[in-house]
Amino acid sequence: MDLILMQLFNGLSVSSILLLAALGLAITFGLMGIINMAHGEFIMIGAYTAYVVQNVWKSVFPESSSDIYFLLEMIAAFFVTAIVGLILERLIIRHLYGRALDSLLVTWGISLVLQQAVRSIFGPANVSVSAPAFLDKNIQVTGMFAMSGKRLFILALAVVCCTLIALMMYKTKQGRNIRAAMQNRDMAASLGVNTAKCDMITFAVGSGFAGIAGCAITFLGPIGPTIGQSYIVDAFMTVVVGGVGKIIGCITGATIIGVGGPTFEFFTSASLGKVMIFIVVIIILQFKPKGIFSMHSRALDD
Amino acid sequence: MDKAMLELDEITAAYSGSKVLFGVDIAARKGEITCLVGRNGVGKSTTMKAIMGLVKTPSGDIRVDGQSIFSLPSYARAKAGIGYVPQGREIFPQLTVKENILLGMEANPKVKEIPDHIFETFPILKEFLERRGGDLSGGQQQQLAIARAVVSEPKVLILDEPTEGIQPSVIQEIGRVITRLKKDMAILMVEQYLEFVLEVSDRCYVMEKGRISMSGKTGELDKDRLQQLLSM
Repeated sequence: MDLILMQLFNGLSVSSILLLAALGLAITFGLMGIINMAHGEFIMIGAYTAYVVQNVWKSVFPESSSDIYFLLEMIAAFFVTAIVGLILERLIIRHLYGRALDSLLVTWGISLVLQQAVRSIFGPANVSVSAPAFLDKNIQVTGMFAMSGKRLFILALAVVCCTLIALMMYKTKQGRNIRAAMQNRDMAASLGVNTAKCDMITFAVGSGFAGIAGCAITFLGPIGPTIGQSYIVDAFMTVVVGGVGKIIGCITGATIIGVGGPTFEFFTSASLGKVMIFIVVIIILQFKPKGIFSMHSRALDD
Repeated sequence: MDKAMLELDEITAAYSGSKVLFGVDIAARKGEITCLVGRNGVGKSTTMKAIMGLVKTPSGDIRVDGQSIFSLPSYARAKAGIGYVPQGREIFPQLTVKENILLGMEANPKVKEIPDHIFETFPILKEFLERRGGDLSGGQQQQLAIARAVVSEPKVLILDEPTEGIQPSVIQEIGRVITRLKKDMAILMVEQYLEFVLEVSDRCYVMEKGRISMSGKTGELDKDRLQQLLSM
């Protein structure tokens, strides 16, 4: 029983990181039709932002504990990544709307450039960010099963981010404009919606959430310039399985892949577990080619 | 009455290289319903899209209330005072009726909430405010599309085949609504349904192969020639 609970909890914690990584991707890939291979590098940028904030904070206030600045790290990670996303959108991505395959190639190139840039600045070795001390505690549930504070925190963070995105998309004027532009671009523009501005904001926000994912990853272990690579494939799978355009799809996709992966690995081996989760994905896509929760969007209609 | 609210000057338009409009001149005045008629494929809808900035218009000029909007992007044209009811209505299917109307208000920041007259004109919409646009029937969607276009109090309302695929009683209703609206705005309407055109319009333009071939006050037009120009 403990073992099952532990497995489930670990799975959910993987899911929550995937969810954070995929939220941004669901927006840029799902709604805008851009296959953004550089999304993993946005995660990496968020992680390194946290690292920089930590070092600056430690050099300015050497006495203070890490409990305070992790919030700052997270906010900085969001904004720095959002700004990088914004710049990329203005310079490159906006010329690629409606050209999914070109966007794949171009953003892959961008991802290599970003990786090398970080390698040049910070060196190829992994760096680590110390998580706030109060997250080091574990919550003992039963004899053998304990929930790590860090993983619980990331789970909560994922819930908060999902709620924020849902509020933004469904309760604000900007969100309404974004949804309209995604459903029917020409019509939205004909009603006075500045669709180029919508694209820009959407892309920046999507990138920003990747930054938060990156910041969360620093709590779990050391980070390196290629950290984004290990999340990008699973994040894409999450979006494809869950279906685009709906947050519930993202949550479902992340849960299936996050819980399924470690569970299969537990019962078989690491590589066989990976194979099995891919088989599950293939089977799901056979019956639900547009993902479990699909919605008509611009990207799918044309 | 004298000054045209919407003027098209020698507009040309092209889809990826192939020209569709060859210099179209149209003027629509406030207080009048101006109709653009013609057979299928002569460029009527393209003219509407050209007004909205949704197709490439290599040359010409478009003015709203004397101001050129020719070089503006679509959203700025909407803000300049054009309300657009496209062919096929193009309601946002996943958005609620209310959200669809609220989107129409994007074009005019002065309109802060949905004015009551919208629901007086289209009582059905008030009932279905929280329903998704895609769940409405064709006639209801058409009413929603008109409501969405006029909620921003535009200077010009352009409608592309508002009677297409709609039952006669709703067509009558739409006729009444736009006849009432013409005192506040210029109305330009593309229409195939000749009876409806003759009934509601004040002025007519007939289009053939991307050009205006005949125009004038509806009452003074040669009906037989009109019939002949429009028959297949």
